[in-house]
Amino acid sequence: MDQLLGTLNAILNSAISPQTAALAIAAIGLNIHFGYTGLLNFGQAGFMLIGAYAFAISIIGGLPIILAVIIALVAALIFALILGIPTLKLRGDYLAIVTLSAAEVVRIVGRSSLLTNVTGGSNGITGNEYRSPFTDLSFFGDGRVDFGPWNYDATGSNGWWFIATAWFVVALLCLFVWAIMRSPWGRVLRGIREDEDAVRSLGKNVYSYKMQALILGGVIGAIAGIVYILPASLQADSMGRSMTYFIFTALLLGGAATVFGPVLGAIVFFAIRLFVQGIAGQFVPGNIMNGQQTEQFAWIVIGITLMLVVIFRPQGILGNKKELSFDVK
Amino acid sequence: MLIITGVLMAGSLGASPAQAATAPPLTAAPCATDPATGCLQGTIKLPNGDPAVGIKLEIAGAGLDTVAVTGDDGKWSQAITAAGAYTINLDTSSIPDGAVLDSATKNPATVNGALNKNTGYVFKIVGGTTAADGTTTQTPTTDAGTGVTFERFLQQLVSGIRLGLLLALAAVGLSLIFGTTGLSNFAHGEQVTLGGLLAYLFANVLGLNLILAAVISVAICAATGYFQDALIWKPLRRRGLGTTQLMIVTIGLSIALQYAFQYFLGASTVRIDQANPVTVALGPVTLSAQSLISMGIAVVIIALVGFVLVKTRIGRATRAVSDNPSLAAASGIDVDRIIRLVWTSATALAGLSGVLLGLVLNGVNWQTGLQLLLLMFAAITLGGLGTAFGALAGAMIIGLVVELTNLVLPGDFKYATALVILILVLLFRPQGIFGRRERIG
Amino acid sequence: MSSDVPTTTGTMTAAGAAAKASVAGVAPSPGVSKPDPILTVDHVTRRFGGMTAVDVGHLEVQRGIITALIGPNGAGKTTFFNLITGFDKPSSAPKMIGGPKAGEAAKSTFNGTDVGSIGATKAAKKGMVRTFQLTKALSKLTVLENMRLGAKDQPGENLFVSIFKPLWAKREAEITEKAEELLARFKLLEKKDDMAGSLSGGQKKLLEMARALMSDPVMIMLDEPMAGVNPALTQSLLGHIQALRDEGMTVLFVEHDMHMVRHISDWVIVMAEGKVVAEGPSGTVMDDPAVIDAYLGAHHNTDLGDDSLLTDEVAEELAAEVTAEEGKA
Repeated sequence: MDQLLGTLNAILNSAISPQTAALAIAAIGLNIHFGYTGLLNFGQAGFMLIGAYAFAISIIGGLPIILAVIIALVAALIFALILGIPTLKLRGDYLAIVTLSAAEVVRIVGRSSLLTNVTGGSNGITGNEYRSPFTDLSFFGDGRVDFGPWNYDATGSNGWWFIATAWFVVALLCLFVWAIMRSPWGRVLRGIREDEDAVRSLGKNVYSYKMQALILGGVIGAIAGIVYILPASLQADSMGRSMTYFIFTALLLGGAATVFGPVLGAIVFFAIRLFVQGIAGQFVPGNIMNGQQTEQFAWIVIGITLMLVVIFRPQGILGNKKELSFDVK
Repeated sequence: MLIITGVLMAGSLGASPAQAATAPPLTAAPCATDPATGCLQGTIKLPNGDPAVGIKLEIAGAGLDTVAVTGDDGKWSQAITAAGAYTINLDTSSIPDGAVLDSATKNPATVNGALNKNTGYVFKIVGGTTAADGTTTQTPTTDAGTGVTFERFLQQLVSGIRLGLLLALAAVGLSLIFGTTGLSNFAHGEQVTLGGLLAYLFANVLGLNLILAAVISVAICAATGYFQDALIWKPLRRRGLGTTQLMIVTIGLSIALQYAFQYFLGASTVRIDQANPVTVALGPVTLSAQSLISMGIAVVIIALVGFVLVKTRIGRATRAVSDNPSLAAASGIDVDRIIRLVWTSATALAGLSGVLLGLVLNGVNWQTGLQLLLLMFAAITLGGLGTAFGALAGAMIIGLVVELTNLVLPGDFKYATALVILILVLLFRPQGIFGRRERIG
Repeated sequence: MSSDVPTTTGTMTAAGAAAKASVAGVAPSPGVSKPDPILTVDHVTRRFGGMTAVDVGHLEVQRGIITALIGPNGAGKTTFFNLITGFDKPSSAPKMIGGPKAGEAAKSTFNGTDVGSIGATKAAKKGMVRTFQLTKALSKLTVLENMRLGAKDQPGENLFVSIFKPLWAKREAEITEKAEELLARFKLLEKKDDMAGSLSGGQKKLLEMARALMSDPVMIMLDEPMAGVNPALTQSLLGHIQALRDEGMTVLFVEHDMHMVRHISDWVIVMAEGKVVAEGPSGTVMDDPAVIDAYLGAHHNTDLGDDSLLTDEVAEELAAEVTAEEGKA
């Protein structure tokens, strides 16, 4: 029973944690790519990493926090241009392969021992090297605050200040996505998702719209990277390929091409994982499945969930089957 | 969260640069997280990859002041009951002779411990000596370019050919699957891993003769391809799933398989034949006998695949399906049968590639295939998506580039160079070397 | 058909007579000059590997009339269409290095401006709007959204403007009104909120044509507008095409069905094996021995205007050939 309560508690904690918010933000960005425009970006974690590095290094270099955020966004913009220029005129698979590869390049270069002085190499950068300018902005005061089932520091890392800011950003981005996707701009994107040539025949510059979408989603990915590292540390390997796959899983779970799908998906993603892990830990004897194996078991379940969702409910939890976002025939 | 900290440990210790992101915490130590407890932990290895046993770490902070010691597996862990900053000081005198702490590793290090999660920190130990006054001298690592000599060039060239051949074995299958079904199979890397792990299971754990073990492994891998197509891919094609949807299904499969490997194997790297390799010197180039035999096998099998594709009826039918499935179907070719055959042989080839990789490289672990997948994609794109011979040529080029990069850049960068080349090729010749312009639409 | 749709069976309209008169004095020979050409094409060739799909030396299309482009399967009609509209690039296009000699490079002029290598988007912006052989209705957008996508000059298609609805709401209302007018004319108004994917094949053709009209094109180019449309709808489609001409638009269309061509076209261009083999008024061209030789092929003894020619088997055969052709292109 205690174990079950512990699991429930862990799920409640993960539901509001800044990391969940970061996954949701990254999925919101990917939603613009994949959900609305049909771009196969398999390097969303690379955008996160670019944003995280640019932010942390700028702060450590002594720049004000606003400037550091702007630099992070510009870095993601440039990254998107580099990826988009060679691939957006080609068939979708090429963007997939190039983004996947480029994200790996960023990670490999970031953790390389050559750059240890700048990026911290494979050890990365610890949070307290870049966190304080953000913590200083807090007007939440000190001490611990209870709110419903949650009890956290007001300002300390992983505390309410971090949680509130992260989810505020999520809310703002949801509003933004809602606003642009109901507009003619969003209509062009959805047209491109279905048939580029049709949209081209109507005199729209498809290449330019795809580039705009890639940049916008990538910049949002960079924001996710910042949110992700603020309460934790910056570690290149934490934003590798698996992270991209998790973002995809969260997006498809919640429902691609919906405003709240990415957010719901991120929460459900962590909940499923913790739930499976908790249940397995509770009911399966330790000699069959030890503590570490319950965690791996949970990831196996996540992988299978992704398969089943894509096969049987490609619209996700919130999506409308009639407006499916990818090539379901 | 747990993933992230797990990553810290899995990712950073080995020499392999493409160690990917998601190993869960490896520690088997008694520390388990719950809402009131967090864990600080890590694994320390000696330069040769063996666990570093008996390394002492002083851990202080948040009311705690204690010493953790690495166990037989090189792992250490410390339970904490309060979140906050902890200082970890590695006692350098506990490092065995002939090794020193890597100068890039901070010591003492500060980490932010949190409750209900694992927090990792990695101390990297490299070869070197400690003088009497305590100053340390690091032995230069061999993979970080120590000048380009002709001998080194030749050595890397041969390594490149070796990698290219093994890569080609796996990539040809990936390319054939793409050609006949339009599917980019993201789980193809796991098929390579499976081959290596099965060979380890039969040869080392069950003690079978190596050749027998290899044959059984490849046969099982072929069976996985056959049944995958029968149970998953063919029904899904019948359901009319689009290729994007199918591709995401393969990603799900890839995640599930990776963790299934970890479930049974943990994060360890297994070497199939642990006997000391016999080396053969060919002029200035030294190769293990296993490498030579593996390269020979790869050449024979690749030639065989080429022969089948060009000269036999079934091979021509396969190429016809690759070219235009509906036309092939209209001209009486049983497309489903060809696709079944392609899946079966593609997974068999990937399995063989895994067995050989396990023999010639340092071993196989759960993410061997994952690392290889990117190189495979680069290879088949370079050669022209969906063309089997393009995949072969692309694999050789990628293999050479990856190994020759080692001459001038640190090992970390070898994959990066291959990928940069891929991006450049797409800019200037997007159809690849052998692809036809019309295919890129 | 209902009374407000102009039909082909009635007497010729005044505009129709004027259109026929405008090319009355033109000699029926391939590549002949027209009095008022809207589109002029020179040296357009397209090779796929060793095969030459299109090789047109000189061709002019007269303004304000209905021109039909006919020819047997594999004659290169659709490829030629793609080349003019910028969806494909001529092999003879001028290149920086190693291109064709001056005077032999591909050149096309539309409405007085060079449109040789401007790409599909700009060609459409200049008023050359096309439809596709296999309809490209965006099936996961509603009929009305499809229509709105066709309109030009939408401020809301700019990302920065799109965020604020008041900035684009006025134009949106205008184009919605226009879209509803057009939908009413094409008898699709009651379907405006349905997904375009739920329409019948013929309705999709109509929608595609209506969508093309949203941008007020100078010349509308229809790729096999009658393919796969039931006979009742065909009549109405033909009526619409004539009505467009009567409103002063130039129409160029590709068609297999000679019966239709004979009735509504003012001028006919015949292609075979990539070349223009004949052109002239419909009656004249169909008696041309070169056309009978080149075009008739297997169906030598049948009447070109005979609808029974298009039995189901023949239609299926044609469809299969078309698919094969599409696959190649």
